[in-house]
Amino acid sequence: MLRFTFRGGIHPDDGKAMSKDKPIREVLPKGELVYPLSQHIGAPAKAIVVKGDHVLAGQKIAEAGGFVSANIFASVSGTVKAIEARLGVAGGMQESIVIENDGLYEEVEFSPERKLADISGKEIIEIIKEAGIVGMGGAGFPTHVKYMPKDPSAIDYIIVNCAECEPYLTSDYRRMMEEPEKIVGGLQAAMKIFDGRAKGVLAVEDNKKDAAAKLREAAKGIPDIEVVELKTKYPQGAERQLIFAVTGRKINSSMLPADAGCVVNNCDTIHAIYEAVHFGRPVMKKVMTITGNAIKEPQNLRVRTGTNFRELIEEAGGFTSEPEKIIAGGPMMGIPLISLDVPVVKTSSAILCMTKDEVAACEETACINCGRCVSVCPGRIIPARLADYAKRHDKEAFEKANGMECCECGCCSYSCPAKRPLTQYIKSMRKIVLADRKKAAQRGNGK
Amino acid sequence: MTEMWNISSNPHIRDKRKSSDLMSLVLIALLPATIFGVINFGIDALKVIVLSVTGSVLTEYVYEKLMHKKVTVDDRSAEVTGLLLALNLPASAPWYLPVLGSVFAILFVKQLFGGLGQNFMNPALAARCFLLISFAGKMTDFTYDAVSGATPLAAMKAGESVNVLNLFLGKTAGTIGETSTLAILIGAVILLVFKVIDLRIPLSCLLSFSVFAILFGGHGFDLHFLAAQLCAGGLMLGTFFMATDYVTSPITKNGQIVYGCIIGILTGVFRFLGSASEGVSYAIILSNLLVPLIEKVTPPTAFGKGGKKHE
Repeated sequence: MLRFTFRGGIHPDDGKAMSKDKPIREVLPKGELVYPLSQHIGAPAKAIVVKGDHVLAGQKIAEAGGFVSANIFASVSGTVKAIEARLGVAGGMQESIVIENDGLYEEVEFSPERKLADISGKEIIEIIKEAGIVGMGGAGFPTHVKYMPKDPSAIDYIIVNCAECEPYLTSDYRRMMEEPEKIVGGLQAAMKIFDGRAKGVLAVEDNKKDAAAKLREAAKGIPDIEVVELKTKYPQGAERQLIFAVTGRKINSSMLPADAGCVVNNCDTIHAIYEAVHFGRPVMKKVMTITGNAIKEPQNLRVRTGTNFRELIEEAGGFTSEPEKIIAGGPMMGIPLISLDVPVVKTSSAILCMTKDEVAACEETACINCGRCVSVCPGRIIPARLADYAKRHDKEAFEKANGMECCECGCCSYSCPAKRPLTQYIKSMRKIVLADRKKAAQRGNGK
Repeated sequence: MTEMWNISSNPHIRDKRKSSDLMSLVLIALLPATIFGVINFGIDALKVIVLSVTGSVLTEYVYEKLMHKKVTVDDRSAEVTGLLLALNLPASAPWYLPVLGSVFAILFVKQLFGGLGQNFMNPALAARCFLLISFAGKMTDFTYDAVSGATPLAAMKAGESVNVLNLFLGKTAGTIGETSTLAILIGAVILLVFKVIDLRIPLSCLLSFSVFAILFGGHGFDLHFLAAQLCAGGLMLGTFFMATDYVTSPITKNGQIVYGCIIGILTGVFRFLGSASEGVSYAIILSNLLVPLIEKVTPPTAFGKGGKKHE
């Protein structure tokens, strides 16, 4: 049953006006390209090139390190300069393949154009796996795994997450405006995996009516594909909330979308499926929004994976003034950067540069128990109490109060009038609990 | 490296509203009742209000200074406490009542339990009850139009009938801020429109009180009696401004409904079954004590809880 929304959530300033009308512009990298071996959830990929090898754009340079893992491809032609630890977006050093760009952009020969009618569902899963497609909205979960649930016959919805509920981000919006037929095409391919038993839903927030209209036009006459306009509210694009808004089914943190008969893919991921199925092209490019009030000309850029963030800032005209904070991703769930010398990976979606850091300007005061965090929490838990448990490291109380159901969306911190960093407290405790569980599981296996 | 940007955990944006903004809104919402009180009871009322508010703010300031704590008077919560206390005192109160009351509210009820957010009782109401017990005569000396007389509730208890319109407008004896239902409702609308409070607590409180009044009020389903009971005494001021105090009410949504109902019923018990004519203050501070228990039995159901787990 269509619900259009969920309980809780917030309405922050969306900041999308800065870049939403800028068409996607392709940019070519200048310097070296860096490909971290771990840009997805699961086992890191294993490098299959060595220093000194010459590679072409589209050539596989690292192979999936297990079932839950993904291949990695070169996005330019050039020479492998090194395989070494480089700074990643998250701030840590990551084993990466470094390629010196020869500026020729020679490509490998991709498989000839295919028609959907000529390929089977099994082959499509193989193609997705081979192309190194992962959840490109940010999670980075290998996509082929999603399409291999225990009981494929139980899947009756494939939901494409076109909500783009994060403020400031416009890359998915531009994709919908410019290439709606590819999104619909990708969805058709995904639907074929389940032999047409699953219904396709393109879920858009109702502040992007023009994009929804484009999708609707592209999907005209195709049976079983529906464009749904959901209420504009953050975090409408969160997987659990999205499934609920579209189907009325609820899943908790220990369930998978497949338990509710759903497969959820980001709009960018479904586009990658289209490219892979029809043209045999692996994941080599990303559309990214370079925006924020510290950026001279906010842009939507089509960039090659491995490109240095610094080049993208230059492409967007550089800084108007020194930013106080730079974020990889959106302002609600993005990661703050300590350096611009980090590469674009499959899950990169935006660089947001802010002249003023609102968080630093806030002073934390005492909790007044106002309950705003409870009202906005989409997980229906009590962030203020969980933060207290986390603060005094009461793991038991934290788990008992459903602390693990937190999706770290940030609504509680956003709405807290006492400016307490609730999400941060809860996030840290969740990490500890997850690490402990992992340890316990390993101990269990060792016996 | 010249690159020294801020880093912090997500989210990186914050709502503009601060705790002090909420307190300011409460103060604004209390203005109609305050102004009406001064008009109704004259300069004596203003004297009580000024003493109580200054007393509260000064107590907070001096205590925090002496204890070498961060001075938090700019969060405006002390002003709210002081004003609420004043509105709960009779205009005829001698100068030492608001002074003693505000010191008791801020020092004993709030600061000694850890300051803002830590008190387990509404400070203003606790102070009022302290004064009621300690200075019973002076606290119930209600003079109106130069005539020392009974409050409408006491009159009703004695079996007399009262003018509901006068009650609604506030032209009766009572404490400074409680008499005008109209002025209080204007304030309540301000609180609701600016989303400072929602209707859960006031509505469940008024409804449960009404039901109790119909069942045990001794008048059956008598609209005139019911309207008089709702408008008289501290019920309106208590339910919209003090029962909804964030710190001393439950954080859970269902808990707020339970809490409201308990206040309504307790008010009914004190008014109809007890010997006193007024009971809202006691009903609220007693319910404040039940808040931890209420929160414990009304946890929200987490999203998707009980769903089939993936093995």
